[in-house]
Amino acid sequence: MNQATSTSGRLVIPKERKKKKNYRKYSSLLIMMIPGLLYLLINNYLPMFGIFIAFKNVNFAKGFFKSEWVGFDNFEYLFKTSDAYIITRNTILYNLVFIVIGTILAIACAILLNEIKNKVLLRTYQAIITMPHLISMVIVSYLVFAFLSAENGFMNRTILPLFGIEEGISWYTEPKYWPFILTLVYFWKSVGYSSIVFFAALLGIDEEYYEAAKIDGASRWKQILHITIPLMMPVIIMLTLLAVGRIFYSDFGLFYQVPLNSGPLFETTSTIDTYVFRGLIGSGDIGMSTAAGVYQSIVGFILVLLANYLVRRYNKDHALF
Amino acid sequence: MKSESKVLTSISHLSFFLFSAACILPFILLISASLTDQNAILANGYSFVPSVFSTAAYEYLFARGLEILRAFGVTVFITVVGTAIGITICTLLAYPLSRKETPHRNLIMFLVFFTLLFHGGLVPSYLVWTQLFDIKNTIWALIFPGLLTNGFYIMLMRTFFQNTIPNDLIESARLDGASEYRILWSVVVPLSTPVLATIGLFTAIMYWNDWQNGMIYITNPKYFSIQNLLQRIMQDIQFINSNLGDKAGGAMQQMPSESVRMAIAVIGSLPILLAYPFFQKHFVKGIMIGAIKG
Repeated sequence: MNQATSTSGRLVIPKERKKKKNYRKYSSLLIMMIPGLLYLLINNYLPMFGIFIAFKNVNFAKGFFKSEWVGFDNFEYLFKTSDAYIITRNTILYNLVFIVIGTILAIACAILLNEIKNKVLLRTYQAIITMPHLISMVIVSYLVFAFLSAENGFMNRTILPLFGIEEGISWYTEPKYWPFILTLVYFWKSVGYSSIVFFAALLGIDEEYYEAAKIDGASRWKQILHITIPLMMPVIIMLTLLAVGRIFYSDFGLFYQVPLNSGPLFETTSTIDTYVFRGLIGSGDIGMSTAAGVYQSIVGFILVLLANYLVRRYNKDHALF
Repeated sequence: MKSESKVLTSISHLSFFLFSAACILPFILLISASLTDQNAILANGYSFVPSVFSTAAYEYLFARGLEILRAFGVTVFITVVGTAIGITICTLLAYPLSRKETPHRNLIMFLVFFTLLFHGGLVPSYLVWTQLFDIKNTIWALIFPGLLTNGFYIMLMRTFFQNTIPNDLIESARLDGASEYRILWSVVVPLSTPVLATIGLFTAIMYWNDWQNGMIYITNPKYFSIQNLLQRIMQDIQFINSNLGDKAGGAMQQMPSESVRMAIAVIGSLPILLAYPFFQKHFVKGIMIGAIKG
């Protein structure tokens, strides 16, 4: 409308004045946004500038702002210890397993869900398999404890004796079992949820493809192989690349709550997130943990940009930006 | 051909039957353990059917239930207040961003979006909230840091407004002299209940399940949410004696600690599990809505 009036020639408003008028006219729209923007400023933007503390010798007594500058010392210490290697390795390896196997499981579930034509059962299955996603990690840690408790756990007292192993395993002090336990817990909690995500994509496939295939005499299995999976590929690739972009971040609750923050397990259970947290809350080194946090932020940022670049190259429409 | 698809259907049913069982069974073990006699647990361990039935754990918890009740109170309060504030500021930000005439719309959109790409991290956030706002050991520590709203929800809502609210409707309301607030409240909000319900539900679940803020900012048991209480108890079963118990002279001997541990987890998860059948439809739908635009 504004453009119409200015091009008609009768009401030519200088650019400056028009802008001012816009501000006044839409001031309520601008004011409306203030609470949300203020929150993002405090909650998201101020911490971004706060990464300067990684370059300080953090001293709680002096306060964070008065602590002295030490340059890259914190990073040097961090990368001299084996900690940096262990937390990076764990974070990335767990994520790789979660992404590869998790995606395959979720797609398989989505395809199988699509075979269920009984509406009531379909809804029931969906509700039950997404339920674990609803439960907090604290509760999950209790569920796992009921199985793995050394003294009374179901594994040690019922399952292992069945195989003739009377001497129970001390699960919470043996790091070698945890890659499997955590992976299992992760899938228990997330496969139902992500299968619904893929199922949503699957519902978007045009029925006509299947009709045509049926006329050509293609079996159901062939239809899945040649219609369903190829047509889901864009979604699969996009979600996978986005997950790769977040490969430097881990599900903090899974790695902190489920192993009950048990010290002997750190070798296989600590990730960048738990390391930073322990540094802040107690048992760790605050300087090195802030350095680890900045390391995560920056590498994570680069990976997101990279993942988006790859999505863009694959298909422009699916890119985030 | 027909039989083949029947085989596939049977495989599906079998798989989902097993998957569903795997989702439910851990809860059965938890509930059964909470209802088993202490000595039976010591003799046989936790099992799926109580070998000796006992409600001692629950009696114990109800007798000392004040702390638990209080924790529930804290959880309900932060869930209600946090969700209400969160959804309000999210809507107030998303609506102008969905209007073409809002000045600097693209710049602000980018600022919202950028929060999804780059994070300052835990320690700087902790600094901001404790040094600038002194939020430690207040109820606000459970509401404000991290959870109120996020860039993803704002973008989700903006897209919904853009795609489903007809422009003409807003224009005609404007011609009728309605203020922007009036338009938002009487035109946009009533037409947007699906997205508002979805984001509200997910925000509420986030608050109900949150233990991280409590662990970082709260040391005073007065402000423990139910999740924090649960976590504290798991850390140290002694906590029940020192904080929930009264003159606990030798009570440790009588306390059915193994089943109490499980009973409190049952109490902690029961509300959300009982409510789930009523909102599961929206939950599943919400996952789909988030997926399509995620």
